[in-house]
Amino acid sequence: MTTKPLKLRELAKGEDRFTHGHRMCAGCGAPIVVKQVLMATDYPIIASNATGCLEVSSCIQQYTAWKIPWMHSAFENAAATISGIEAMYRSLVKQGKIEDKEVKFIAFGGDGGTYDIGFQSLSGAMERGHDMLYICYDNGAYMNTGIQRSSATPFGANTTTCPAGDVIPGKLQHRKDLTRIMAAHGIPYVAQASPANWRDMMKKVQKAFEIKGPKFMNVISPCNRGWRSKTNDAIALSKLAVETCYWPLFEIENGVTRVTVKPK
Amino acid sequence: MSKKFWEELPQGSVVLEAGSSAEFKTGGWRSMRPKWIEENCIQCLFCWMYCPDMSVKVNAEGKREEFDFDFCKGCGICALECPGKKGNKAIVMEEEGK
Repeated sequence: MTTKPLKLRELAKGEDRFTHGHRMCAGCGAPIVVKQVLMATDYPIIASNATGCLEVSSCIQQYTAWKIPWMHSAFENAAATISGIEAMYRSLVKQGKIEDKEVKFIAFGGDGGTYDIGFQSLSGAMERGHDMLYICYDNGAYMNTGIQRSSATPFGANTTTCPAGDVIPGKLQHRKDLTRIMAAHGIPYVAQASPANWRDMMKKVQKAFEIKGPKFMNVISPCNRGWRSKTNDAIALSKLAVETCYWPLFEIENGVTRVTVKPK
Repeated sequence: MSKKFWEELPQGSVVLEAGSSAEFKTGGWRSMRPKWIEENCIQCLFCWMYCPDMSVKVNAEGKREEFDFDFCKGCGICALECPGKKGNKAIVMEEEGK
């Protein structure tokens, strides 16, 4: 399959595979991330989703915002679920029971479901070498349950379980560098992206889909409720995160690191 | 979509219709309303790309049209990201109901 041209006018003619009517907060970064990921390619996609804001607000009872086969799994096993789906698909194709339509597999997880709770299943799926892409939208804390610290929360951040005040100045520990931990698994493709740099992000998704094997992408996704910012600055903040080198945009392809966007 | 009792739901509460959330209108959440000023619009489509609610309509030629107020939650990302023409924004936020 040829890769899609990344021109806004051409992309805008296509159909959204993540549709409106979902119940994420106004100005949330996660739907922008999901929409850009699904827009980047024309391949049929099957997704699994770890519990988190994205999962609970995109599929409530009989309303689903997804136009792709989508499976909700528990907090800890989005990667295990998608690797099971992928293994079953491969097996059915091999048995000749279904036709191979070059289906691509994605797992979405928040930073709580990826850095902390879902880490064992993610690490296992990467080690087993399933042909899948794991996308972590990192908003830096457990926003869904009321802004508790996670291991993605940056040093000094104020959350409800490490409140900044007279006793402590905020979170006392440094955040875990998950992108590098995933790269240490020796998987073929690891990248970090930001929704403000949409072309860079979609290029990375396209690249990931052309590579066979486990892939991991870490995407920053501002949360105005948790970061105590305004509803309109999700894109402005993810742009700032890149420009200030808090969130460097790089990719690690077969062990070779390349910075894709150099801030001025 | 009317409320269903548990006997009428599909097994495992599987949702069989793709994108059925389009029947759930989120426009009522809005307290600020984006206003599109067509003469300042340069058709860059950043508003369309950055809208978290897929509420910027684009026609078959790839040109921007009016907002979809059934779903727009009024977050204001489009207004902040709008480059506008000669310093004049093509999207401004107004208080809802004024």
